[in-house]
Amino acid sequence: MSYIAKPKVVHPGLPRNELGLSMRDYEGGMSTLCAGCGHDSITAALVQAAFELSLPPHRMAKLSGIGCSSKTPAYFLSASHGFNSVHGRMASVATGANAANNELVYVGVSGDGDTLSIGLGQFCHAIRRNLNMLYIIENNGVYGLTKGQFSASADIGSKAKKGEVNRQPPIDPCLLALSIGCTFVARSFSGDKEQLVPLIKAAIRHRGFAMIDVISPCVTFNNHEGSTKSYDFTRRHYQPAVYADYVPPAQEIRSEQAAGSLQAVTMHDGSRLLLHKVGADYDATDRLAAFGYLSRHQAEGAIVTGLLYIDENSPDMHELQATPERPLNSLPYAELHPGQKGLDAIQARFR
Amino acid sequence: MQPTDTRNPDYFHKVVDCQWGCPAHTDVPGYIRLIAQGRYTESYMLNRQANVFPGILGRVCDRPCEPVCRRARVEEKPVAICRLKRVASDLRDEIDELLPKAPQQKNGKRVALVGAGPASLTVANDLMPLGYEVVIYEAQAVPGGLMRSNIPSFRLPVEVLDEEIAMIIDMGVDLRLGTPVKSMKALLAEGYDAIFVGSGAPRGKDLRLPGRDEAAANIHIGIDWLESVAFEHVDKIGERVLIIGVGNTAMDCCRTSLRLGARDVKVMARKPRQFFKASAWELEDAEEENVEIVVNHSPKSFVVEGGRLVGMLFDKMSYEFDASGRITSEKIEGEVLIPCDDVVLAIGQENAFPWIERDTGIEFDKWDVPVVDKSTYQGTRPGVFFGGDAAFGPKNIIWSVEHGHQAAISMHKHCHGEDVAERPAYGMNLSTAKMGIHEWSYSNDYDGTPRRVVPQMDLRERFKKLDLEVELGFSAEQFTKEVERCLNCDVQTVFTDKLCIECDACIDICPTRCLTIVPNAPEEELRGKLSAPAENLEQALFVSGPLPQTGRVMVKDENICLHCSLCAERCPTGAWDMQKFTLKVPYAGKPATTGTESTS
Ligand SMILES: Cc1cc2nc3c(=O)[nH]c(=O)nc-3n(C[C@H](O)[C@H](O)[C@H](O)COP(=O)(O)OP(=O)(O)OC[C@H]3O[C@@H](n4cnc5c(N)ncnc54)[C@H](O)[C@@H]3O)c2cc1C
Ligand SMILES: Cc1ncc(C[n+]2csc(CCOP(=O)(O)OP(=O)(O)O)c2C)c(N)n1
Ligand code: SF4
Ligand code: SF4
Ligand code: SF4
Ligand SMILES: [Mg+2]
Repeated sequence: MSYIAKPKVVHPGLPRNELGLSMRDYEGGMSTLCAGCGHDSITAALVQAAFELSLPPHRMAKLSGIGCSSKTPAYFLSASHGFNSVHGRMASVATGANAANNELVYVGVSGDGDTLSIGLGQFCHAIRRNLNMLYIIENNGVYGLTKGQFSASADIGSKAKKGEVNRQPPIDPCLLALSIGCTFVARSFSGDKEQLVPLIKAAIRHRGFAMIDVISPCVTFNNHEGSTKSYDFTRRHYQPAVYADYVPPAQEIRSEQAAGSLQAVTMHDGSRLLLHKVGADYDATDRLAAFGYLSRHQAEGAIVTGLLYIDENSPDMHELQATPERPLNSLPYAELHPGQKGLDAIQARFR
Repeated sequence: MQPTDTRNPDYFHKVVDCQWGCPAHTDVPGYIRLIAQGRYTESYMLNRQANVFPGILGRVCDRPCEPVCRRARVEEKPVAICRLKRVASDLRDEIDELLPKAPQQKNGKRVALVGAGPASLTVANDLMPLGYEVVIYEAQAVPGGLMRSNIPSFRLPVEVLDEEIAMIIDMGVDLRLGTPVKSMKALLAEGYDAIFVGSGAPRGKDLRLPGRDEAAANIHIGIDWLESVAFEHVDKIGERVLIIGVGNTAMDCCRTSLRLGARDVKVMARKPRQFFKASAWELEDAEEENVEIVVNHSPKSFVVEGGRLVGMLFDKMSYEFDASGRITSEKIEGEVLIPCDDVVLAIGQENAFPWIERDTGIEFDKWDVPVVDKSTYQGTRPGVFFGGDAAFGPKNIIWSVEHGHQAAISMHKHCHGEDVAERPAYGMNLSTAKMGIHEWSYSNDYDGTPRRVVPQMDLRERFKKLDLEVELGFSAEQFTKEVERCLNCDVQTVFTDKLCIECDACIDICPTRCLTIVPNAPEEELRGKLSAPAENLEQALFVSGPLPQTGRVMVKDENICLHCSLCAERCPTGAWDMQKFTLKVPYAGKPATTGTESTS
């Protein structure tokens, strides 16, 4: 960590978005993570994405559990709502928040430990409900905060800093999510913002549960030789399958964006995603194919990245439960409260 | 782009905008840091090494460093570089022991300097410690040149001038006052080993309009008139005064008039304000004293009644401009008579060399100014050098000083049979500023304080006497704030490409988005592809060699780097380091490699 705060200089050339805000207005407090931690880059990508989407910070909510990754919401969007919950419980808190107010943009940040170990159940059920949120797993293969024990995403054969080798099979969050019906599944790398920022934008615009598994090296405990989650290893095995371009609702698709083998997906709010497929036969709307592609390449040791699967047509939690469209805090008291008569009627149904 | 060659001192020197902008390459951030540490004497000496007259320049320098100061790009106003120099000068201790001395043992060479202005004085300053016998011929009864005769004492007190000139003369210069050189031939005949012409640009331009001769008694040529005031031959002027011209001389003329009894002073400009030659701060100071600046009036004639000047006739002008602000056409809208008692002409100065015979091998060009080499300062006759206003027309003190340094290098070489065209190289030193994990040997935290304003003497007080210094200098409360505004541009970001693991930490933390890792490309393309587009073409891009993991390059846009050190603090591998850059400037007889190093 640094002793000085990042200087707030407002220089004349600072770009502004539609709201008149600069990127600096989307930042948070000074990070206390280790210098060079991948999580800080993801923070920067979130700041950039929110700035570019011109999201009003006060209409966003950040949620997290416990871990270095879960600390990061303190470092972006200081003007947004936030809830730093207990270990592995972020998904539940997000579910509650979303149930009460579906007008906010929900950004959940978790770690591979927080999600795939203690929080695995919560994670799976949030996916099943198709909770409308962005769920980022900052995946470094270790419990960073507790000094680098293997996590559930550690690969077989990956070496810890002191030399011991992991022998348990990993849980791949993308395969897991695909298998239980996640409607937006992506993988990326903290060291590739060109890929990550558009993915975050698309994920925020997706209506439903959008999961991005971001390989995010832990410089202190898992960036050595023999680790399969280091900067170097990730770069050597990195295999983008699809590049996503996010095109806002009113904007024309530029001709250079339209070139190549393209798949266009129209999102719920009218914005479009242009998917540039690196593997020519890849179809990001075909769940089974995605599952197969991912499994095959994983067996070959490749880290497949990009927007792997998207389904814009499934109902989200509110639609599934037929809950009110409007936030509970904006409902008139009479609507919110059934009154004695209403309550009696409900209870009568159970007698 | 090719990887940047940071071993060439020019690269990092250019990053220190103020030092690069200063003709004499004063180590500005170095001396500001010394002031911040309360080391005023060292700060003064660091200044003196480069600019020779810190007390004088801390009051009246043209300050080419300030418009280029990085702080002016980061926010609006530059660091008050010039007035901080004065702080060092005002608060320093006795420095006799620290000043250069002439050796007992002379080197047997004799040089003659014509004129005792800042250019000649600098030559003497540089050559005396090398054992030269230096003779200065000065027409006036006092040394200092225009600094004494033209810069009014309410801007530059005589004591400051006397003291800093004495530091040079007291090394044992043979100063011959009241001794104008009347013939170059005669001077050449005296057998000096080298001659330096630092006689200035002494001729003020006249304005030949109808009525000029009839009204001669009340029409004054600015620089001559200021000289008469300085030497106390003139001590009053009429109540209503018109100053013609809006350069810095005009500003001194109008403010001097106010101190000699004028009540109503108008500065008459032919063109609109954006074309004024005067520095913004000089205009401000004049307007603060209620001088009226009248634009778009073109002088037409002097109006004389009963043999006496009663006013001036002007054409009232209007102009049209193109998109870039240039005048495309002008129109006379009518005639205006402005009554007045005196007129001061401040429309320019020229060189004049009536005393240099044209058959001495010293060539003059078609404008009748000597042909002088831009790097050696030598005229066409070997052994005769020019500097200051005499070399390329009127400039300012700090340029005169730099000419003096360069000419001294040439004279030293000439006297030792070396090729004057071979210029000594600049050197540099880099040393890490790291003190601890996140501790640096400089004040790296950005201070958002706005520029402090130098307090001035009350408007009711300042006109009582001609020589009351108007500026009072920064208070301690002010300068301790002002020093923190300096961004320490000399503490450089130094990059080692093979250490970088491309984690993006530096890129993410940079508060002004200076850094980018991208595939290499030609400069024009790169400039558009950075975290923030690099639109200031005058500011360099640093480009690293290929990075180990991806072969991309680290690019830094130098334009608005705050030198905050956060990139270096965030880098897990030490690929970025903050290193103090010291420019080593060569002087006569002192190659850059043995130059005194900054103590900051
Ligand atoms: C009104 C006015 C205000 C100015 N204000 C500023 C300012 O605020 N800041 C700034 O940086 N610059 C200012 N300048 C410009 C600055 O003063 C000059 O650029 C600088 O003094 C030039 O130095 P120099 O050594 O070349 O010559 P000068 O200062 O002109 O000195 C030349 C000397 O040579 C002597 N001399 C000339 N001919 C002979 C001869 N034949 N024999 C013997 N001696 C001779 C002269 O008497 C004179 O003393 C100002 C100029 C004027 C006119
Ligand atoms: C209920 C509970 N159990 C265990 C812990 C100890 N603990 C803190 S963080 C953490 C793991 C964090 O790992 P991960 O989510 O991968 O985050 P990282 O630090 O790697 O970013 C553990 C086990 C805890 N805080 N609470
Ligand atoms: S900020 Fe300081 S070092 Fe940088 S240009 Fe300005 S005065 Fe010079
Ligand atoms: S010192 Fe580094 S972090 Fe600070 S402004 Fe300069 S490049 Fe950016
Ligand atoms: S912080 Fe250091 S290692 Fe990371 S990208 Fe910057 S220079 Fe490279
Ligand atoms: Mg982890």
